[in-house]
Amino acid sequence: MSGEHPAVRRGRPAPLLVTGVVALLLALVAPVLLAVPAWAEGDEALTGTLQVDGDPVEGVRVEVTDADGETVAEETSDADGQLEIALPGPGTYDATLDVDTLPDDVVLRDPDRATISPDVSPGATRPLAFPLADADAEEEVASAIPWSRLAQGTVNGVKLGLLIGMASIGLSLVFGTTRLINFAHGEMVTFGAVVAWMLHMTGFELPLIAATLLAIIAGGALGAGMEKGLWHPLRSRRFGIIQMLVVSIGLSFLLRYLIQLVYGTQRQTYADFAISTTVSLGPFRTTTRDLLIMAISILVLTGVGLMLTRTRIGKAMRAVADNRDLAESSGIDVGRVILIVWVLGGALAALGGVFVGASEEVTWIMGFRLLLLMFAGVILGGIGTAFGALVGSMVVGLGVEISAVWLGGQLKYVWALAVLILVLLVRPQGILGVRERVG
Amino acid sequence: MDLIEVLSFAFRSAVGPLAITFALAAIGLNIHYGYTGLLNIGQVAFVMVGAYGLAITVDVFGGSHLVGALVGLGLAVLLAVLLAVPTLRLRADYLAITTISVGEVLRLATRSSQAAPLTRGADGIAGLGGPFYALNPIPPGDYGFWIFQLGSERRVWLILVGWALIALMCLLVWALMRSPWGRVLRAIREDEEAARSLGKNVFSYKMQALVLGGAIGGLAGVYYAIQAAGVAPDTFDPRITFYAYVILILGGPGRVLGPVLGALIFYALFQGADVVLRQASAQGWLPLVDWFGSQAIGATRLALVGLVLMLLMIFRPQGILGDRREMSLGA
Repeated sequence: MSGEHPAVRRGRPAPLLVTGVVALLLALVAPVLLAVPAWAEGDEALTGTLQVDGDPVEGVRVEVTDADGETVAEETSDADGQLEIALPGPGTYDATLDVDTLPDDVVLRDPDRATISPDVSPGATRPLAFPLADADAEEEVASAIPWSRLAQGTVNGVKLGLLIGMASIGLSLVFGTTRLINFAHGEMVTFGAVVAWMLHMTGFELPLIAATLLAIIAGGALGAGMEKGLWHPLRSRRFGIIQMLVVSIGLSFLLRYLIQLVYGTQRQTYADFAISTTVSLGPFRTTTRDLLIMAISILVLTGVGLMLTRTRIGKAMRAVADNRDLAESSGIDVGRVILIVWVLGGALAALGGVFVGASEEVTWIMGFRLLLLMFAGVILGGIGTAFGALVGSMVVGLGVEISAVWLGGQLKYVWALAVLILVLLVRPQGILGVRERVG
Repeated sequence: MDLIEVLSFAFRSAVGPLAITFALAAIGLNIHYGYTGLLNIGQVAFVMVGAYGLAITVDVFGGSHLVGALVGLGLAVLLAVLLAVPTLRLRADYLAITTISVGEVLRLATRSSQAAPLTRGADGIAGLGGPFYALNPIPPGDYGFWIFQLGSERRVWLILVGWALIALMCLLVWALMRSPWGRVLRAIREDEEAARSLGKNVFSYKMQALVLGGAIGGLAGVYYAIQAAGVAPDTFDPRITFYAYVILILGGPGRVLGPVLGALIFYALFQGADVVLRQASAQGWLPLVDWFGSQAIGATRLALVGLVLMLLMIFRPQGILGDRREMSLGA
């Protein structure tokens, strides 16, 4: 419905606040703005890389036919397994991989997917993905349990669980201390990843470690800003739980689309982590990058655990989560504890965002996707408890990645939802939760 | 001259099929949130099963559109029951978490290759609506006068049926909410314990409210599939629920005509904002596109809607028509 419209010369200026927000964002990201991808009409193409476990597959023929069945292009993969097929124009094409040209030890992972039908819009380059597999490995799939993929799923699951756990501690602690489920928590994750990407990849070109540290600080500041500027005033005006939830939904959309405005809809990775060596530990294969991510996550989570159990402020957090009035009357400065919880939660969410961005990719919607897994993890573990969030997140992370071995990547969120509903039916307080919180 | 064209465009949007879809979805949400205090933030899931119920019945099983519409409504009812059982005995936020997940998971499952035999995956199902237009009694032509332009006879038929559905649903809500049943719902919203202590089966009433509002959401989906002549999974993203909330809270939750008024105003302003932002960008005094790229207008508009939802909820949770004392939920 939003096509081209006539000019509005009598239009009013946008509200002052919005102009202010835009100006502020602009000042922050001015260097990025020059790098807008060019849009070239008439360069429709299909590109792809044929590979098995990282090794390129050469000499495979792919034929492209248009909607009338006429062959419009034909290409053979080069020594790097690369395919680049120029197209005569936009439209829907059928790209067929000639199975006979595959080397003997290579097969299509899904034999029914020898033909794919990309829909190419004007000026677009569409990816061609023909997932290939080692013929020997394929025999293993035929046996009941695919051990090597299971091992891989376990490693990925541990990593994902650690990341969900780290990102969701803030969600859980904020709920514990203020009874607010913050739907904008996912955007705090995206915020960290995007801030680090901008510092690392554009203008400033900081090394990723420095960019990550600054992103953590920015995440903490964002948390503090939300608490000081929004949630604290709302709590002192005695807003109800449901009203605050709806406010947090509005906030999550505001942040999500501000991030989209500034960062765009692109998918990006961090240059410092683009190349990584594979490490094998028995059946488990991983990369140095993922090992580093897991090691730092474990360190950070141990640190948070020690802080919660051993330090004054950690004990104060747990006291406020347990019984706010009692904590307040025994001399704990509840307002300060809540502020620190927000700073801590924002910083951990930002770090989690950088790690997710490093191990997958940075997108404007990544935090929302992760939020659904965080919800499942937090509820499974017991909402309001920091350790519960970690236990639940590990189960969800492992479940998601291991189920993906059988269900495929597209359905892994379904599993998380199933867990969520099952837990609510059977034990709504979660593994480590307290029954009185849920009613 | 320009202003007239803008007004004409705003009118076309405000009464058009998309505004009707959102008004219907918001009427359903009004029963959940406005009257019963249920925080359903996955209204998109009900809209989606309604639309896909119709589309799959017609496309895969070769059924008629009427059967498809009934299947869509039936699926929405089923979804409501499935969501109600695990969540409605718990605190309000558990329903919120579960519904937001269901909405997104349904979208991902529908577009997956495993579901493709039924749903045709990410491409979606096209070619719906033929029999609906075959019933059109309106002679061909362009309808409307001055700034109130409606469009072709097909669009007029779509709009007439849509507003008739809205009128019917408003009548239903009005009749139900002045009955003893509706009073129990509002009592639950105000004080669940009090309703329970009067011997009301709160769980059962909440479930009935969720089912009814979900079915109206399903109706919005059926209507959406017909007006778009097809369905595609990625149109059913969380934005739909979000728009429905803005519409509801703008118009006035807990009021029969709140969602309708909200949809009219929201759609006119939403489309108006698009024109204003594009002009501002093209004229150079807020060159969003030059600064941020082609996604800038859409993103700015959605960020603004998020801000509006926050400000409405903070400063005027009762919207235009509502009563503030009624809408201080969960205080």
